[in-house]
Amino acid sequence: MIAIVNYGVGNLFSISRSLSYIGLDNVITDDKKTIESASHIVLPGVGAFGDAVQKLEATGLIPTLDACVKKGTPLLGVCLGMQLLFEKSYEYGVHTGLGYLQGEVCPMEPDLKAKGYDIKVPHIGWNALKIKKDSALLKFIKDGDFMYFVHSYYAKNCEDSLIAAADYGIEVPAVVGAGNVFGCQFHPEKSGACGLKILKAFGEIK
Amino acid sequence: MITKRIIPCLDIRDGRVVKGKNFKGIKDIDDPVKLAEFYNDSGADELVFYDITASFEGRQLFTDILEKVAAKIFIPLTVGGSINTIDDFDRVLKAGADKVSVNTGAIKNPALISEAAKKYGNQCVVLSMDVARVDGAFRVFAKGGRENTGIDALEWAQRGDASGAGELVVNSIDTDGVREGFDLELLEAIGKRVTIPIIASGGAGCKEHFKDLFALDCIDAGLAAGIFHSKELLIGDLKRYLKENNIPVRI
Repeated sequence: MIAIVNYGVGNLFSISRSLSYIGLDNVITDDKKTIESASHIVLPGVGAFGDAVQKLEATGLIPTLDACVKKGTPLLGVCLGMQLLFEKSYEYGVHTGLGYLQGEVCPMEPDLKAKGYDIKVPHIGWNALKIKKDSALLKFIKDGDFMYFVHSYYAKNCEDSLIAAADYGIEVPAVVGAGNVFGCQFHPEKSGACGLKILKAFGEIK
Repeated sequence: MITKRIIPCLDIRDGRVVKGKNFKGIKDIDDPVKLAEFYNDSGADELVFYDITASFEGRQLFTDILEKVAAKIFIPLTVGGSINTIDDFDRVLKAGADKVSVNTGAIKNPALISEAAKKYGNQCVVLSMDVARVDGAFRVFAKGGRENTGIDALEWAQRGDASGAGELVVNSIDTDGVREGFDLELLEAIGKRVTIPIIASGGAGCKEHFKDLFALDCIDAGLAAGIFHSKELLIGDLKRYLKENNIPVRI
């Protein structure tokens, strides 16, 4: 059973529907015991980092997630859920993240401007993956497969966990992971057949 | 690099896809779930569903259809039509929409854009505007293009951007249904005013029209209904043509 962590942020139903569609049992939950006994955990998220951290803290589930990560339960952060896996974020102030992965979350706009790009932020739409290293999460994915992105902030200084990136003038970490902790900046549940393949691969990680 | 998006639009009335939203002679096209699957399989980048039902029963039927589509199609789904309140947002988001498009509802109550953006995030709020030329100026029309509000379209687009809309759908009443190409003049004028992605609508008659559209850097997506529904233009063929012409698309 895959536990989709419900902490009052974002649309959890589409992740649940996509997992069900590929035959993976799942439950949207904020129950500590359900999360502890889950085979896999999905951490979704939409919105602002600070607000999300605050809401996650308010559920009291952070120590539970910490313990699950420590004992090896595969965890997948999606979109803002991926960003939460890092040490800190500079979205409207400085906020501390879960710190499962090394790196930080920064606004895209100044970095695009610094490189002389006049490109729209948020980064919305379909972009191709450039695979940087092998990962169980991408075992059904090939270089150049398209995923659906919607975000204005991106992970930086995360070379150690970088699995795949997307090119948006700057290199946008798209898939990250270390050990049993994984993250997708894009929405696999909205990325058509390719996105479902990522969720399928996640479900097969032991 | 990000690709240009091709988006078919499905007008739903009493549980069926129909054609002829703003005009008389509404024609039945297809079953919405079947048509949505067809578009998903042929490479559509997103789907837009407009609820043009007037009755409560029709609305229920629409929500049921949305749930059925969301259970088997995993690309972004935008829903519009009669979105006037945060409760309307809530209803369609729960049924499976990823983005909600507001039009007349935002004209009646512009605060709806910022309230919804605050509650669901900017990415969720799409401002859709119907625009026509009146005495040489671009004006916003309400109620499915029937009522001239007198609002300047360029200012309205800018205001939508500033209020927190995540994307803009610009539908040109002047080119809609004419099939002689998108309204490039209008689109370019709006592109100069906003920083959010622009989805162009109204006027697609052949694949070349999409090539001309995407020659405008400021345009992110092309939306059409009739030409896709009639299967005169298949999305797969259109995308291959665009790719041959060096326009980045997802294939």
